Amino acid sequence: MYASIKSFASSFFVTGDPLIYGADVSIALTSIAILFVLFYFKKWGWLWREWLTTVDHKKIGIMYLIASLLMLFRGGVDALLMRTQLALPNVHFLQADHYNEVFTTHGTIMILFMAMPMMFGLFNMVVPLQIGARDVAYPFLNSVSFWLFLFGAMLFNISFVIGGSPDAGWLSYPPLSELSGSSGVGENFYIWGIQISGIGSLATGINFIVTILKMRAPGMKFMKMPMFTWSVFSSSIIIIFAFPILTVTLALLFIDRYMGGHLFTMDGGGFPMMYINLIWMWGHPEVYIVVLPAFGIFSEIVATFSRKRIFGYKSMVFALMSISILSFFTWVHHFFTMGSGADVNVAFAIATMAIGIPTGAKVFNWLFTMFRGRIRLEQPMMWTLAFIPCFVVGGATGVMLAVAPADYQYHNSYFLIAHFHQVLIGGVVFGYLAGIYYWWPKLFGFKLNERLGKYAFWLWNIGFYVCFMPQYALGFMGMTRRVYTYGWDMGWGPLNLVSTIGAFLMGIGFVFQVWQILYSVKYGERDKTGDPWNARTLEWSIPSPPPMYNFAVVPVVDERDPFWEEKERRNFAPAEPVPVAKLEPIHMPRNSGIPFIFAACWFVAGFGFVFGWNWMAFTGLAGVGISLLVRSFTYDTDYYVPLEEVIETEKAAGRAV
Amino acid sequence: MKKRSNLRGLLLLITGLLTTVLLSGCDSKFVVFDPQGPVAQTQYKLIILSAILCAIVVIPVLAITVFIVLRYRDKPGNTAPYKPHWDDSKVLEILWWGIPIVIIVILGGYTARDTYALARTPKTAVTDVKPVEIQVTSLDWKWLFMYPEQNIATVNYVHIPAGVQVHFELTSDAPMNSFWIPQLGGQEYTMPGMAMSLWLQADKTGSFYGTGANFSGKEFAHMRFNVTSESQADFNKWVDGVKGKSHELTEAGYNELAIPGKSEEQTFSSYPTELFDSIVKKNGGHHMDMDMDENNDDKVDTDEQKSDSKNAHDMDDMSDMDMSNMNSSEMNHK
Repeated sequence: MYASIKSFASSFFVTGDPLIYGADVSIALTSIAILFVLFYFKKWGWLWREWLTTVDHKKIGIMYLIASLLMLFRGGVDALLMRTQLALPNVHFLQADHYNEVFTTHGTIMILFMAMPMMFGLFNMVVPLQIGARDVAYPFLNSVSFWLFLFGAMLFNISFVIGGSPDAGWLSYPPLSELSGSSGVGENFYIWGIQISGIGSLATGINFIVTILKMRAPGMKFMKMPMFTWSVFSSSIIIIFAFPILTVTLALLFIDRYMGGHLFTMDGGGFPMMYINLIWMWGHPEVYIVVLPAFGIFSEIVATFSRKRIFGYKSMVFALMSISILSFFTWVHHFFTMGSGADVNVAFAIATMAIGIPTGAKVFNWLFTMFRGRIRLEQPMMWTLAFIPCFVVGGATGVMLAVAPADYQYHNSYFLIAHFHQVLIGGVVFGYLAGIYYWWPKLFGFKLNERLGKYAFWLWNIGFYVCFMPQYALGFMGMTRRVYTYGWDMGWGPLNLVSTIGAFLMGIGFVFQVWQILYSVKYGERDKTGDPWNARTLEWSIPSPPPMYNFAVVPVVDERDPFWEEKERRNFAPAEPVPVAKLEPIHMPRNSGIPFIFAACWFVAGFGFVFGWNWMAFTGLAGVGISLLVRSFTYDTDYYVPLEEVIETEKAAGRAV
Repeated sequence: MKKRSNLRGLLLLITGLLTTVLLSGCDSKFVVFDPQGPVAQTQYKLIILSAILCAIVVIPVLAITVFIVLRYRDKPGNTAPYKPHWDDSKVLEILWWGIPIVIIVILGGYTARDTYALARTPKTAVTDVKPVEIQVTSLDWKWLFMYPEQNIATVNYVHIPAGVQVHFELTSDAPMNSFWIPQLGGQEYTMPGMAMSLWLQADKTGSFYGTGANFSGKEFAHMRFNVTSESQADFNKWVDGVKGKSHELTEAGYNELAIPGKSEEQTFSSYPTELFDSIVKKNGGHHMDMDMDENNDDKVDTDEQKSDSKNAHDMDDMSDMDMSNMNSSEMNHK
């Protein structure tokens, strides 16, 4: 008995690496600490009522934000582990298998469990407020999406201590990711972690398309929508076309691994190339999914902090929408070197270069928004200004990569690594950080400390260039990606050392940001006005943090930048409070525990499939079915906020008399 | 005042780091910038051309950014114009949509020209020299090179004659990899069940770095190989020397070689003639032409098998494919 338990446990838990034992201990201690706090302060009810069952888009947005920052930490630690291993030739810090796991989880987490939730967090925190809505179109589905993401991410992350992490790269190319190449459960964790959160992502895409189509304030015509809302719209369109491809692709891979299929195997007529086509048909649009909202954020920030209307609004909208279409016609540029033939390569090379045109036009429009404006260098604007040169250079190396014959020399080299980190960090991460700094006072009612923020900003920015500029050079020196070590003979040592120093500078920058948040919770500058930046769009017209129902009176819009125009009309005098007679009871969705339970059942099912325990998998699926049924027969899903409560809240905020 | 000194410290730091990077770059090997053959040369020229075209856009944009941010700061006493409602200009829009379009058209033209050029058999100065055939198989975690005309094989190193076109036929009997000799030209994937085609040539004698470029599992980092380019006479001498040794690669020997693990350099005086094609067929080539096999009542002869395996390779570039198949069929008749 004891022996069988012991042998089960030794294959079930990941063993043998001191780093992982360290992680085990810290995970256990953190969990105990959280449980202790919840019990000691009797916070279980609060946690359940206020957070786990909430359908409020603002709270869901905050939960996305917290989760994504945790994942940024995890992915960042992965990055630092890799850079430590590569700092010098022949380092024996990580073994080959461990290094392979680390770069796989780094990539997967950063794209799917960091960038995506941070983006969804910003969608949730901002879009309904910006279009004058009281929630998203499907608040219940919104909560389902969040919990699916979180449980999917957790399923992926526990592979670190249970069963073993995936180690076939962040896109899991077969045949390496098939049983023949990866016989462990790691790839199953990869498949199910992404599948479960992927359903959530698809639902979020649908939710925001409908929200933007149907929930805009009266008078807000399409061409009067804020740029961020436009970017969310275009990004969501890509989501609903791209994510089903991912789901199908991973399902096919799972059929191979679980039921002995031969879709992508080496033998039995499998066709690995097909997987690579399919995964990039999702994978390439995916990078535009995450970068377009960043473009939207920059558009909002540049206009606000230049105190000027956005330049070339129509051209900006056209650029966004054309990028969202073009993004579907470039996937082959990820494998020019797989011998698709000259015709195919030329077509995809030119389509890829073509994306540079609308993107370049957007950069010029941002620059000319600042031109003849008045630029204030507050934190959101600093990140925006750091973004422009970084993204322009990253975009240029992207165009260089698009030149198909030249790509034969860049492909799989550190040149490529430097390129996509430059556009993903310089574009996406800088963009989301700018957005977080910008909308933080709206969601929390206080600004993030400026001094600590500046330290973080400079550490991130200097660290970025120190880390990634040498990697372009390393690419030209023939260094390929995903090597866990290298010798002295190629002369790669010095540049790698410089790169590692840069990575650690960014890591210190992140530590400063965590400190900044904790410090500002206590000492941050409180905002009583609801409009700390002198901004332009509707979300700034309500108190910070906004009341649960957002808008006591739904605004009527008749121009772009409606809040700015209104402020101009009243000559920037304080707004008149609303007479109580104008207030009404407000129709709102009810909280529900079903999304949490539903997603937890998916987690159980996923875990069962990972280990091939059908009893567990089908129990989980049964739970999923029951949750759906219960929801179908729940009729009491909404209610009216009583008038007295609305009046009281508005009076407390000084918004009603 | 304090800000100034902070800024100066920052500039010093950046300059210091840049110097380190540049100095360390001087005595290092930028293999991509050191083309030793016509393919690498074409790609190198494209890299430089595309970098210049991009710089035409990037440098002015960076300059404009610095100018705008310095000039339009929100400081008391700033006399620069402030026009909060100026938000549209047809002329400017046409300019910044138009210039990138022109650049993309130019770059796209060169890309198309060179893509087609590199897909064809390269023209060389010496037209009467027959190209060398080398069949490359990526294994876990080593490279097997087979010379069908010479019937010799090597592991983790390869010899080629200088000034002669080399036709590499690439496949994999393991997860995909990518075959890359930066100084001779860009990489191409090795994929199970497919025979890919890559033409390269070294202009001069020398020793070049070759590597697997696509991650293929645990010991992927050790999939390096050395390429030696030598005169035709030296090459022939080397071939004769290899053939003189009696270290054959047998079927069983191959199966042992294919077991995942690292390998030293190895040399084989001969190998089973059908080995490469059987590797391709084993990993999918066979299944794709199953219909054709069924149409033939008896066991097909070698020639038909060859034409069948052509279908199996249909992912490859057609013009190359026809050639490589013809070559291998011819060989079988020898």
